[in-house]
Amino acid sequence: MTPISASPYRRAYRPADRRLVGGVATGLADHLGVGVLYVRLAFVVATWLSGVGIIAYLLLWRFLPLRQPELTPGLEAATRQGLRTNPNRPGSAEILQTLAIGMVGVGVLLFLQVTGRGISDALVGPALVAVIGLTVIWRQFDDVAWRRWMRQTSGIGFAVRIAAGGVLIALAALYFLTQERGWGAMVDLAAALGIALIGLALILGPWITKLLGDLTEERRALVRSQERADVAAHLHDSVLQTLALLQKNAGDQAAVATLARRQERELRAWLYGTDEQAGDSLVAALRASAADVEDAHQVPVEVIAVGDAALDPDVSAVAKAAREAMINAAKHAKVDRIDVYAEANKETVQVFVRDRGVGFNVDKIAEDRMGVRGSIVDRVERHGGTVTIRSKRGQGTEVAMTVPVRDADHVFEETSS
Amino acid sequence: MTTLRVAIVDDHAMFRRGVRAEIDGPVEIVAEAEDVESAVEVLVETKPDVVLLDVHMPGGGGLEVIRRLHLRHPDMKFLALSVSDAAEDVIGIIRAGARGYVTKNISGPELLDAIDRVAAGDAVFSPRLAGFVLDAFAGTIEVAQIDEDFDRLTEREREVMRLIARGYAYKEVAKELFISIKTVETHVSSVLRKLQLSSRHELTRWANDRRLI
Repeated sequence: MTPISASPYRRAYRPADRRLVGGVATGLADHLGVGVLYVRLAFVVATWLSGVGIIAYLLLWRFLPLRQPELTPGLEAATRQGLRTNPNRPGSAEILQTLAIGMVGVGVLLFLQVTGRGISDALVGPALVAVIGLTVIWRQFDDVAWRRWMRQTSGIGFAVRIAAGGVLIALAALYFLTQERGWGAMVDLAAALGIALIGLALILGPWITKLLGDLTEERRALVRSQERADVAAHLHDSVLQTLALLQKNAGDQAAVATLARRQERELRAWLYGTDEQAGDSLVAALRASAADVEDAHQVPVEVIAVGDAALDPDVSAVAKAAREAMINAAKHAKVDRIDVYAEANKETVQVFVRDRGVGFNVDKIAEDRMGVRGSIVDRVERHGGTVTIRSKRGQGTEVAMTVPVRDADHVFEETSS
Repeated sequence: MTTLRVAIVDDHAMFRRGVRAEIDGPVEIVAEAEDVESAVEVLVETKPDVVLLDVHMPGGGGLEVIRRLHLRHPDMKFLALSVSDAAEDVIGIIRAGARGYVTKNISGPELLDAIDRVAAGDAVFSPRLAGFVLDAFAGTIEVAQIDEDFDRLTEREREVMRLIARGYAYKEVAKELFISIKTVETHVSSVLRKLQLSSRHELTRWANDRRLI
C-alpha cells in the first residue's frame, strides 16, 4: 500500500531515525539500493586512499538533507511521547559491526603508515589534529548550529564573521591594488571580486538568511496553526458528534454499536491509515464498501488486504462484485461478522468474501437468484475472471473472485483504439 | 493441568480492568503493569507464563519490554495485544520475540484460546497479523533491515497464512488443505521463526564468518 511517489527525481537524504553517526551511509545505501554494509566498507576502503573516504563522508554529511520519517498523527504522537520504540533504530549488533569495520580500517591505515606508504611522518600529527578538529567543528555545524551561526547578528559568532568578512574584502582590495596592470588583470580582477563577494556575503549574509528564514518560519507557523485548527475541527465533527449521539441513543443497543463502530473506523483511518479515496485503489474501494455495508446492515466487516492494485476496469469489476457479495452476506447470512480478504500481485487480483452464516444451496442459484448471477459471477467473468462460490447449509458461504491483471501494453492498446 | 499465570501490561487502567474481568478465573492474573519500567520489574519478580503486552506504552512500548526480558527469560511467552493498526509496530514486536498478536476487540473466549496456544509454545496469528506477515514477506510493508532469509516462505506456508488471513480457524485450515492441525501448527511456527530470524543473528553470523568479532 505504499503510495507511488509523483516526483520524477529521487533525492538522496539522511534518514533521521536510522542513523548511527551522520546517517550518510544509510542514506546512500537507500538511494543506491545496496546494503548499508557495502557502503560503509566503501567509505573505509576509500579512506586508505589519502583519506578520500572521510572527506567524502563529511561533505555528504554537510550537503545531504536530513529527513524525518513521515508518520500518521497517531504514530507520530506515540513516538513523541515515548510510547513506541523506534523500530528502525540501529541495533547493538549493527553498531558493533560498524565499529569492527572501522577498527579493521584503522588497522590497515596504520599498516600503510608503518610500511611507509601512507602520509609522510611529519604530516601525520598535524593531519590527525586537523581531522579531529574538523570533525568537532563539523559536528557542531550540523544543520541547526550552522544555520544559527550564519544568522547571528550579535555575540562572538557575529564578531568573528564580520571580522572574517572584513579581512577578506580588505585582502581583495590589497590584492587588486598591488597587482600591476597587464594581461593578467582580468583574471586578477575576477579573483579579487570573488574574494570581496565572499566577504560581503559573510557580512550581509545574516540579514538575507534572516529574511528568508523569517519567511519560512512564518509559513511554518501558519501551517501549524492551520493543522491545529484542522485537528480540532476533525474531533468536533467526528468524535464529539458521535458522543452526543451515543448519549441520546444510550438505550438502543444496535444504534450504539453502529455509531461506535463507525466512529472507530473513521478515527482509525485518520490516526493510522492513509488518506486514500475510494476511487484510488482496490483496497480503498473495498474498505469503502465494507464501511457502507456496516452502516446499512449493522454487521461488522473486517477487510484484510495484501498488496494493492489500481482501479482499472477489471479490478473495479471485482471490487463491485465484492460489494455485492458483502451485501448478500449481510442481508441473508444472519451473521455477526464478515471477513473480506484481498490479495493483489503482478499477475492476479483475488478477493474472498466469507461469512459463517446459514449458507445456501449453490446449485439452485443459477436460475432463481439474478443478483448473484448478474452482479457477481457474470460481472467478473466478462472481465476474464472466475468466481467460485462455496456454501453449505449451516457452515456459511465463501465467494472467491479472481481476475488476471492485464499487462500495461494491453491496456494501452485498448484505450488508444 | 495447573492454571496458567498471566500478566497484563497496558497503560490504560480501564482496559486492564476489562481484560481481567473477561479472563480471570480460567487463568490466574498474577501481575499488572502500566509502563516499561514497572513491567520489567514486576515480570522479573512474578515470572508469569504468558504476558499480554500492549504495543504503545510509556517508556518505549512493548518492544522495549521484550528487548529487556526476552534473552534473560526465554520461558516467558509474550502475546501482543493492540489497537495499533501500524503494520511496522506489530511486525516489529513479533520480530522481537512475541509469539503472537491479537487485536483488542477480541472476545474473551478467543483471548483465552490464544493464551493457551501461546503457553503451549504455538504461534498465534490473527487474520490481520497474517495479512501483515504476507505483506511484509512480499516486500510491500517496509520492515527495517530485511534479511536474505526473510523473503522465503514455502508455498505451503504462504497458503496457510493466506487462509488464516481469510478468517479460517486452524482446524478449518487443516480441513481445507487436507493436513492435520499439528501440521498447520508446524507451518505457523516456522513462519514465526522465519519472521524472527532477525538481522541481529544475521549480522553476528556475517561478522563471525569474517572473523571480525
